Amino acid sequence: MLNIDSVEKGLVIDHIEAGKAMEIYKYLNLDKMDCSVAIIKNAKSKKMGKKDIIKVEDNINMDLKVLGFIDPTITINVIDNCSIIKKINLELPDEVENVVNCKNPRCITSIEQEITHKFKLTDKNNKVYRCVYCDTAYEQN
Amino acid sequence: MLKGRSLIEPMDLSIEELDEILDLADEIIKNPADYSEVCKGKILATLFYEPSTRTRLSFESAMLRLGGGIMGFSSAESSSAAKGESVADTIRTISCYADIAAMRHPKEGAPKVASLSTDMPVINAGDGGHQHPTQTLTDLLTIKSLKGRLKNFTIGLCGDLKFGRTVHSLIKALSRYENIRFILISPDELRVPEYIREEILVKNNIEFKEVERLESVMEELDVLYMTRVQKERFFNEADYVRLKDSYILNMEKLEKAKSDMIILHPLPRVNEISVEVDKDERACYFKQTKYGVYVRMALLMKLLGVEK
Repeated sequence: MLNIDSVEKGLVIDHIEAGKAMEIYKYLNLDKMDCSVAIIKNAKSKKMGKKDIIKVEDNINMDLKVLGFIDPTITINVIDNCSIIKKINLELPDEVENVVNCKNPRCITSIEQEITHKFKLTDKNNKVYRCVYCDTAYEQN
Repeated sequence: MLKGRSLIEPMDLSIEELDEILDLADEIIKNPADYSEVCKGKILATLFYEPSTRTRLSFESAMLRLGGGIMGFSSAESSSAAKGESVADTIRTISCYADIAAMRHPKEGAPKVASLSTDMPVINAGDGGHQHPTQTLTDLLTIKSLKGRLKNFTIGLCGDLKFGRTVHSLIKALSRYENIRFILISPDELRVPEYIREEILVKNNIEFKEVERLESVMEELDVLYMTRVQKERFFNEADYVRLKDSYILNMEKLEKAKSDMIILHPLPRVNEISVEVDKDERACYFKQTKYGVYVRMALLMKLLGVEK
Protein backbone atom coordinates (compact mmCIF):
# COMPACT_ATOMS: atom_id res chain seq x y z
CA MET A 1 0.00 0.00 0.00
CA LEU A 2 1.05 3.53 -0.76
CA ASN A 3 2.53 5.29 2.27
CA ILE A 4 1.74 8.89 3.11
CA ASP A 5 3.33 10.59 6.09
CA SER A 6 1.07 10.74 9.10
CA VAL A 7 -0.42 14.09 10.02
CA GLU A 8 1.12 15.79 13.01
CA LYS A 9 -1.56 18.39 13.45
CA GLY A 10 -4.62 18.65 11.23
CA LEU A 11 -7.53 16.59 9.94
CA VAL A 12 -8.04 13.17 8.46
CA ILE A 13 -11.23 12.91 6.48
CA ASP A 14 -11.84 9.20 6.24
CA HIS A 15 -14.37 6.77 4.76
CA ILE A 16 -15.00 8.88 1.70
CA GLU A 17 -16.72 6.86 -1.00
CA ALA A 18 -14.05 5.76 -3.47
CA GLY A 19 -13.70 8.30 -6.24
CA LYS A 20 -15.34 11.16 -4.36
CA ALA A 21 -12.23 12.71 -2.82
CA MET A 22 -11.78 15.35 -5.50
CA GLU A 23 -15.39 16.41 -5.08
CA ILE A 24 -14.85 16.87 -1.34
CA TYR A 25 -11.58 18.69 -2.08
CA LYS A 26 -13.54 21.14 -4.17
CA TYR A 27 -16.44 21.59 -1.72
CA LEU A 28 -14.04 22.36 1.13
CA ASN A 29 -12.19 24.88 -1.03
CA LEU A 30 -8.93 23.09 -0.30
CA ASP A 31 -7.59 24.24 -3.64
CA LYS A 32 -7.61 27.79 -2.30
CA MET A 33 -5.80 26.96 0.93
CA ASP A 34 -2.11 27.10 1.53
CA CYS A 35 -1.80 24.00 3.72
CA SER A 36 -0.46 20.57 2.73
CA VAL A 37 -3.16 18.22 1.52
CA ALA A 38 -2.84 14.54 0.66
CA ILE A 39 -5.52 12.82 -1.34
CA ILE A 40 -5.51 9.05 -1.18
CA LYS A 41 -7.64 7.30 -3.76
CA ASN A 42 -8.92 3.74 -3.58
CA ALA A 43 -7.34 2.87 -0.24
CA LYS A 44 -8.22 -0.60 1.05
CA SER A 45 -11.06 -0.60 3.55
CA LYS A 46 -12.48 -3.51 5.55
CA LYS A 47 -15.81 -1.74 5.82
CA MET A 48 -16.10 -0.31 2.32
CA GLY A 49 -13.82 -2.44 0.14
CA LYS A 50 -12.10 0.68 -1.07
CA LYS A 51 -12.33 4.27 0.02
CA ASP A 52 -10.78 7.69 -0.40
CA ILE A 53 -9.03 9.61 2.37
CA ILE A 54 -8.02 13.27 2.58
CA LYS A 55 -5.35 14.38 5.00
CA VAL A 56 -5.06 18.08 5.74
CA GLU A 57 -2.08 19.51 7.60
CA ASP A 58 -2.62 22.44 9.99
CA ASN A 59 -5.82 24.02 8.80
CA ILE A 60 -8.68 22.85 10.94
CA ASN A 61 -10.79 25.99 10.77
CA MET A 62 -12.95 25.09 7.84
CA ASP A 63 -16.66 24.58 7.44
CA LEU A 64 -17.10 20.83 7.60
CA LYS A 65 -20.91 20.92 7.86
CA VAL A 66 -21.17 20.61 4.11
CA LEU A 67 -19.72 17.09 4.33
CA GLY A 68 -22.83 16.00 6.21
CA PHE A 69 -24.83 17.01 3.14
CA ILE A 70 -22.51 15.28 0.68
CA ASP A 71 -22.10 12.03 2.65
CA PRO A 72 -22.92 11.76 6.36
CA THR A 73 -21.00 8.45 6.65
CA ILE A 74 -17.67 10.26 6.23
CA THR A 75 -15.64 10.34 9.46
CA ILE A 76 -13.37 13.15 10.52
CA ASN A 77 -10.50 12.80 12.96
CA VAL A 78 -8.85 15.86 14.45
CA ILE A 79 -5.15 15.18 14.94
CA ASP A 80 -2.70 16.85 17.28
CA ASN A 81 0.75 15.58 18.16
CA CYS A 82 0.22 12.69 15.77
CA SER A 83 -2.74 11.31 17.70
CA ILE A 84 -6.51 11.62 17.38
CA ILE A 85 -7.80 14.16 19.87
CA LYS A 86 -11.38 14.37 18.61
CA LYS A 87 -13.73 12.61 16.25
CA ILE A 88 -16.29 14.82 14.53
CA ASN A 89 -19.64 13.20 13.86
CA LEU A 90 -21.34 14.57 10.82
CA GLU A 91 -24.99 15.49 10.80
CA LEU A 92 -27.24 16.67 8.02
CA PRO A 93 -26.82 20.46 8.00
CA ASP A 94 -30.03 22.52 8.19
CA GLU A 95 -29.04 24.36 5.04
CA VAL A 96 -26.33 24.45 2.43
CA GLU A 97 -25.26 27.45 0.39
CA ASN A 98 -23.60 27.42 -3.02
CA VAL A 99 -22.77 23.74 -2.77
CA VAL A 100 -25.18 22.49 -5.38
CA ASN A 101 -27.34 24.29 -7.91
CA CYS A 102 -31.10 24.10 -8.35
CA LYS A 103 -31.93 22.15 -11.49
CA ASN A 104 -35.49 23.44 -11.91
CA PRO A 105 -35.51 25.33 -15.24
CA ARG A 106 -38.34 27.49 -13.89
CA CYS A 107 -36.37 28.61 -10.81
CA ILE A 108 -35.18 32.23 -10.64
CA THR A 109 -31.65 30.91 -10.01
CA SER A 110 -31.68 29.50 -13.55
CA ILE A 111 -31.59 33.01 -15.07
CA GLU A 112 -29.88 35.14 -12.44
CA GLN A 113 -26.36 33.86 -11.93
CA GLU A 114 -25.38 35.90 -8.88
CA ILE A 115 -28.11 34.53 -6.58
CA THR A 116 -26.89 32.29 -3.75
CA HIS A 117 -28.03 28.72 -4.37
CA LYS A 118 -29.53 27.73 -1.06
CA PHE A 119 -31.16 24.46 0.01
CA LYS A 120 -32.94 23.73 3.28
CA LEU A 121 -33.42 20.37 4.96
CA THR A 122 -37.17 19.73 4.90
CA ASP A 123 -37.32 16.01 5.68
CA LYS A 124 -34.54 14.67 7.88
CA ASN A 125 -35.58 11.01 7.70
CA ASN A 126 -35.52 10.91 3.93
CA LYS A 127 -32.68 13.43 3.57
CA VAL A 128 -34.73 15.79 1.44
CA TYR A 129 -33.29 19.22 0.69
CA ARG A 130 -35.38 21.80 -1.13
CA CYS A 131 -34.42 24.97 -2.96
CA VAL A 132 -35.46 27.90 -0.75
CA TYR A 133 -36.74 29.79 -3.79
CA CYS A 134 -38.80 27.24 -5.71
CA ASP A 135 -39.16 24.24 -3.31
CA THR A 136 -37.70 21.80 -5.84
CA ALA A 137 -36.03 18.84 -4.15
CA TYR A 138 -32.33 18.35 -4.75
CA GLU A 139 -31.63 14.97 -6.30
CA GLN A 140 -28.24 13.45 -5.88
CA ASN A 141 -26.91 11.64 -8.92
CA MET B 1 -46.69 41.58 14.00
CA LEU B 2 -47.33 41.86 10.29
CA LYS B 3 -46.03 45.40 9.79
CA GLY B 4 -43.00 45.52 7.50
CA ARG B 5 -43.19 41.84 6.61
CA SER B 6 -43.31 40.28 3.16
CA LEU B 7 -45.77 37.64 2.04
CA ILE B 8 -44.11 35.07 -0.21
CA GLU B 9 -46.10 31.95 0.55
CA PRO B 10 -49.16 31.23 2.70
CA MET B 11 -47.06 29.44 5.32
CA ASP B 12 -45.32 32.76 6.05
CA LEU B 13 -48.46 33.55 8.04
CA SER B 14 -49.47 31.83 11.26
CA ILE B 15 -53.11 30.81 11.66
CA GLU B 16 -53.55 33.78 14.03
CA GLU B 17 -52.09 36.18 11.46
CA LEU B 18 -54.29 34.71 8.73
CA ASP B 19 -57.31 35.19 10.96
CA GLU B 20 -56.22 38.74 11.71
CA ILE B 21 -56.22 39.53 7.98
CA LEU B 22 -59.52 37.74 7.33
CA ASP B 23 -61.17 39.51 10.28
CA LEU B 24 -60.00 42.91 9.03
CA ALA B 25 -61.29 42.04 5.53
CA ASP B 26 -64.61 41.23 7.11
CA GLU B 27 -64.69 44.63 8.81
CA ILE B 28 -63.84 46.35 5.52
CA ILE B 29 -66.69 44.51 3.77
CA LYS B 30 -69.12 45.80 6.42
CA ASN B 31 -67.91 49.42 6.41
CA PRO B 32 -65.77 50.16 3.34
CA ALA B 33 -66.18 53.92 3.71
CA ASP B 34 -64.32 53.83 7.03
CA TYR B 35 -61.18 52.68 5.21
CA SER B 36 -61.22 54.93 2.15
CA GLU B 37 -58.41 57.21 3.38
CA VAL B 38 -56.26 54.95 5.58
CA CYS B 39 -53.45 54.57 3.01
CA LYS B 40 -53.35 58.20 1.94
CA GLY B 41 -49.75 59.06 1.03
CA LYS B 42 -48.71 55.43 0.59
CA ILE B 43 -47.68 53.99 -2.77
CA LEU B 44 -48.08 50.44 -4.03
CA ALA B 45 -45.75 49.32 -6.85
CA THR B 46 -47.18 46.56 -9.01
CA LEU B 47 -44.22 44.83 -10.65
CA PHE B 48 -45.66 42.43 -13.19
CA TYR B 49 -43.03 40.64 -15.28
CA GLU B 50 -45.75 38.65 -17.01
CA PRO B 51 -49.24 39.78 -17.87
CA SER B 52 -52.06 39.31 -15.40
CA THR B 53 -54.65 41.98 -15.73
CA ARG B 54 -56.88 40.47 -13.07
CA THR B 55 -54.44 40.17 -10.19
CA ARG B 56 -52.76 43.49 -10.97
CA LEU B 57 -56.06 45.35 -11.15
CA SER B 58 -57.25 43.69 -7.97
CA PHE B 59 -54.16 44.97 -6.13
CA GLU B 60 -54.51 48.41 -7.68
CA SER B 61 -58.22 48.56 -6.89
CA ALA B 62 -57.44 47.56 -3.30
CA MET B 63 -54.88 50.34 -2.87
CA LEU B 64 -57.06 52.96 -4.56
CA ARG B 65 -59.99 52.01 -2.31
CA LEU B 66 -57.72 52.62 0.68
CA GLY B 67 -56.85 56.09 -0.61
CA GLY B 68 -53.27 55.20 -1.64
CA GLY B 69 -51.41 55.64 -4.91
CA ILE B 70 -50.21 53.09 -7.45
CA MET B 71 -47.39 52.75 -9.97
CA GLY B 72 -45.67 49.93 -11.80
CA PHE B 73 -45.27 47.97 -14.99
CA SER B 74 -47.32 45.20 -16.52
CA SER B 75 -44.82 43.25 -18.59
CA ALA B 76 -41.10 42.50 -18.50
CA GLU B 77 -40.67 44.32 -21.82
CA SER B 78 -41.76 47.60 -20.28
CA SER B 79 -39.41 47.23 -17.29
CA SER B 80 -35.65 47.41 -16.99
CA ALA B 81 -35.61 43.59 -16.88
CA ALA B 82 -35.60 43.92 -20.67
CA LYS B 83 -32.17 45.56 -20.27
CA GLY B 84 -31.01 42.67 -18.14
CA GLU B 85 -31.46 44.19 -14.67
CA SER B 86 -31.65 41.68 -11.82
CA VAL B 87 -34.72 41.32 -9.62
CA ALA B 88 -32.62 42.37 -6.62
CA ASP B 89 -31.50 45.62 -8.27
CA THR B 90 -35.02 46.38 -9.50
CA ILE B 91 -36.53 46.01 -6.05
CA ARG B 92 -33.80 48.10 -4.42
CA THR B 93 -34.62 50.89 -6.87
CA ILE B 94 -38.38 50.56 -6.52
CA SER B 95 -38.10 50.69 -2.73
CA CYS B 96 -36.94 54.30 -3.15
CA TYR B 97 -40.20 55.10 -4.93
CA ALA B 98 -42.84 53.02 -3.18
CA ASP B 99 -43.86 51.77 0.27
CA ILE B 100 -44.92 48.26 -0.70
CA ALA B 101 -44.67 46.09 -3.83
CA ALA B 102 -46.69 43.30 -5.38
CA MET B 103 -44.60 41.18 -7.76
CA ARG B 104 -45.56 38.65 -10.39
CA HIS B 105 -42.74 36.86 -12.16
CA PRO B 106 -42.60 33.86 -14.50
CA LYS B 107 -39.65 32.41 -12.57
CA GLU B 108 -40.29 30.58 -9.32
CA GLY B 109 -38.79 32.25 -6.27
CA ALA B 110 -38.30 35.69 -7.85
CA PRO B 111 -40.47 37.49 -5.24
CA LYS B 112 -38.51 35.69 -2.51
CA VAL B 113 -35.25 36.99 -3.99
CA ALA B 114 -36.83 40.47 -4.06
CA SER B 115 -37.95 40.25 -0.42
CA LEU B 116 -34.42 39.28 0.65
CA SER B 117 -33.01 42.34 -1.10
CA THR B 118 -35.10 45.09 0.54
CA ASP B 119 -36.73 46.14 3.79
CA MET B 120 -39.87 47.14 1.90
CA PRO B 121 -42.70 44.58 2.17
CA VAL B 122 -42.97 42.46 -0.98
CA ILE B 123 -46.10 40.50 -1.82
CA ASN B 124 -45.82 37.50 -4.11
CA ALA B 125 -48.51 38.03 -6.73
CA GLY B 126 -47.69 34.69 -8.40
CA ASP B 127 -44.31 33.17 -9.27
CA GLY B 128 -44.41 30.74 -12.19
CA GLY B 129 -46.17 27.52 -11.24
CA HIS B 130 -45.14 27.89 -7.62
CA GLN B 131 -47.12 30.03 -5.14
CA HIS B 132 -49.89 32.63 -5.23
CA PRO B 133 -50.60 33.54 -1.60
CA THR B 134 -53.06 36.39 -2.18
CA GLN B 135 -55.24 34.09 -4.25
CA THR B 136 -55.15 31.78 -1.24
CA LEU B 137 -56.20 34.60 1.07
CA THR B 138 -59.01 35.32 -1.38
CA ASP B 139 -60.06 31.67 -1.36
CA LEU B 140 -59.96 31.47 2.44
CA LEU B 141 -62.02 34.65 2.84
CA THR B 142 -64.54 33.40 0.27
CA ILE B 143 -64.96 30.01 1.95
CA LYS B 144 -65.11 31.56 5.42
CA SER B 145 -67.67 34.14 4.35
CA LEU B 146 -69.87 31.82 2.30
CA LYS B 147 -69.65 28.63 4.38
CA GLY B 148 -69.33 30.44 7.72
CA ARG B 149 -66.31 28.36 8.80
CA LEU B 150 -62.80 27.29 7.92
CA LYS B 151 -63.05 23.78 9.34
CA ASN B 152 -65.07 20.57 8.99
CA PHE B 153 -65.61 20.36 5.25
CA THR B 154 -64.64 18.37 2.18
CA ILE B 155 -63.02 20.30 -0.64
CA GLY B 156 -62.56 18.94 -4.15
CA LEU B 157 -59.75 20.47 -6.19
CA CYS B 158 -60.21 19.77 -9.86
CA GLY B 159 -58.18 20.20 -13.05
CA ASP B 160 -54.53 21.11 -13.32
CA LEU B 161 -53.21 20.25 -9.88
CA LYS B 162 -49.63 19.90 -11.06
CA PHE B 163 -48.91 23.37 -12.38
CA GLY B 164 -51.82 25.16 -10.70
CA ARG B 165 -50.08 27.27 -8.11
CA THR B 166 -53.35 28.45 -6.55
CA VAL B 167 -54.08 24.83 -5.68
CA HIS B 168 -50.68 24.31 -4.04
CA SER B 169 -51.00 27.42 -1.94
CA LEU B 170 -54.58 26.61 -0.94
CA ILE B 171 -53.73 23.05 0.13
CA LYS B 172 -50.85 24.34 2.24
CA ALA B 173 -53.03 26.93 3.94
CA LEU B 174 -56.06 24.70 4.52
CA SER B 175 -53.88 21.87 5.84
CA ARG B 176 -53.52 23.82 9.06
CA TYR B 177 -57.23 24.03 9.76
CA GLU B 178 -59.26 21.41 11.58
CA ASN B 179 -60.91 18.46 9.90
CA ILE B 180 -60.62 19.39 6.26
CA ARG B 181 -60.74 16.54 3.80
CA PHE B 182 -59.20 16.89 0.37
CA ILE B 183 -60.31 15.20 -2.83
CA LEU B 184 -57.81 15.77 -5.60
CA ILE B 185 -59.41 15.37 -9.02
CA SER B 186 -57.06 15.38 -11.99
CA PRO B 187 -55.74 13.34 -14.87
CA ASP B 188 -52.71 11.28 -13.91
CA GLU B 189 -50.40 13.66 -15.81
CA LEU B 190 -51.57 16.65 -13.76
CA ARG B 191 -51.59 15.23 -10.21
CA VAL B 192 -50.35 17.44 -7.34
CA PRO B 193 -46.56 17.51 -7.04
CA GLU B 194 -45.02 14.91 -4.78
CA TYR B 195 -43.86 17.52 -2.23
CA ILE B 196 -47.43 18.70 -1.61
CA ARG B 197 -48.68 15.13 -1.28
CA GLU B 198 -45.85 13.82 0.89
CA GLU B 199 -44.74 16.78 2.96
CA ILE B 200 -48.09 18.49 3.51
CA LEU B 201 -50.84 15.87 3.33
CA VAL B 202 -49.17 12.60 4.29
CA LYS B 203 -46.80 14.13 6.85
CA ASN B 204 -49.64 15.91 8.67
CA ASN B 205 -51.92 12.91 8.54
CA ILE B 206 -54.57 14.75 6.56
CA GLU B 207 -57.34 12.74 4.94
CA PHE B 208 -57.18 12.92 1.15
CA LYS B 209 -57.80 10.88 -1.94
CA GLU B 210 -56.85 11.25 -5.57
CA VAL B 211 -59.41 10.45 -8.26
CA GLU B 212 -59.61 10.90 -12.01
CA ARG B 213 -63.33 11.58 -12.44
CA LEU B 214 -65.22 14.57 -11.06
CA GLU B 215 -68.62 12.82 -11.26
CA SER B 216 -67.47 10.04 -8.95
CA VAL B 217 -67.02 12.36 -5.97
CA MET B 218 -69.43 15.24 -6.66
CA GLU B 219 -71.91 14.30 -3.92
CA GLU B 220 -69.18 14.32 -1.25
CA LEU B 221 -68.11 17.92 -1.79
CA ASP B 222 -68.87 21.02 0.27
CA VAL B 223 -66.52 23.15 -1.82
CA LEU B 224 -65.55 22.52 -5.43
CA TYR B 225 -62.47 24.38 -6.57
CA MET B 226 -62.12 24.32 -10.35
CA THR B 227 -58.90 25.29 -12.13
CA ARG B 228 -57.92 26.05 -15.67
CA VAL B 229 -55.56 23.83 -17.60
CA GLN B 230 -53.10 26.58 -18.53
CA LYS B 231 -51.47 26.43 -21.90
CA GLU B 232 -48.38 28.38 -20.77
CA ARG B 233 -47.52 25.70 -18.18
CA PHE B 234 -47.08 23.01 -20.80
CA PHE B 235 -43.86 22.30 -22.60
CA ASN B 236 -45.69 20.87 -25.57
CA GLU B 237 -48.84 21.78 -27.43
CA ALA B 238 -50.01 18.21 -28.01
CA ASP B 239 -50.26 17.48 -24.27
CA TYR B 240 -52.25 20.68 -23.75
CA VAL B 241 -54.75 19.90 -26.49
CA ARG B 242 -55.17 16.33 -25.25
CA LEU B 243 -55.91 17.33 -21.65
CA LYS B 244 -57.60 20.72 -21.70
CA ASP B 245 -61.15 19.49 -22.03
CA SER B 246 -60.87 16.63 -19.57
CA TYR B 247 -62.56 18.38 -16.72
CA ILE B 248 -65.48 20.56 -17.65
CA LEU B 249 -68.18 21.39 -15.11
CA ASN B 250 -71.72 21.58 -16.50
CA MET B 251 -75.27 21.38 -15.11
CA GLU B 252 -75.43 17.66 -15.76
CA LYS B 253 -72.39 16.98 -13.57
CA LEU B 254 -73.82 19.34 -10.92
CA GLU B 255 -77.01 17.31 -10.52
CA LYS B 256 -75.42 15.08 -7.90
CA ALA B 257 -73.88 17.97 -5.94
CA LYS B 258 -75.08 19.14 -2.53
CA SER B 259 -77.47 22.08 -2.66
CA ASP B 260 -75.20 24.22 -0.49
CA MET B 261 -71.94 23.31 -2.20
CA ILE B 262 -69.99 26.34 -3.42
CA ILE B 263 -68.10 26.42 -6.71
CA LEU B 264 -64.92 28.45 -6.76
CA HIS B 265 -62.45 29.23 -9.53
CA PRO B 266 -59.40 31.54 -9.47
CA LEU B 267 -60.43 32.87 -12.94
CA PRO B 268 -60.00 33.50 -15.77
CA ARG B 269 -61.84 30.44 -16.98
CA VAL B 270 -61.68 29.15 -20.50
CA ASN B 271 -64.26 26.42 -20.83
CA GLU B 272 -63.81 24.35 -17.68
CA ILE B 273 -67.05 25.77 -16.25
CA SER B 274 -69.90 25.98 -18.74
CA VAL B 275 -71.57 29.38 -18.90
CA GLU B 276 -74.90 27.71 -17.98
CA VAL B 277 -73.48 27.07 -14.50
CA ASP B 278 -73.11 30.82 -13.85
CA LYS B 279 -76.84 31.14 -13.14
CA ASP B 280 -76.75 28.41 -10.47
CA GLU B 281 -76.64 29.84 -6.95
CA ARG B 282 -73.76 27.55 -6.12
CA ALA B 283 -71.55 29.39 -8.62
CA CYS B 284 -69.53 31.76 -6.42
CA TYR B 285 -66.49 32.57 -8.57
CA PHE B 286 -67.47 36.15 -9.31
CA LYS B 287 -68.17 36.82 -5.64
CA GLN B 288 -64.73 35.34 -5.04
CA THR B 289 -63.18 38.03 -7.24
CA LYS B 290 -64.82 40.71 -5.11
CA TYR B 291 -63.52 39.09 -1.92
CA GLY B 292 -60.08 39.23 -3.56
CA VAL B 293 -60.11 43.02 -3.46
CA TYR B 294 -61.22 43.15 0.18
CA VAL B 295 -58.61 40.68 1.35
CA ARG B 296 -55.86 42.56 -0.52
CA MET B 297 -57.04 45.77 1.16
CA ALA B 298 -56.70 44.05 4.54
CA LEU B 299 -53.27 42.65 3.63
CA LEU B 300 -51.93 46.00 2.40
CA MET B 301 -53.09 47.64 5.63
CA LYS B 302 -51.50 44.98 7.81
CA LEU B 303 -48.13 44.91 6.00
CA LEU B 304 -47.98 48.71 5.93
CA GLY B 305 -49.02 48.85 9.56
CA VAL B 306 -51.82 51.36 9.00
CA GLU B 307 -55.00 51.37 11.03
CA LYS B 308 -58.42 52.89 10.75
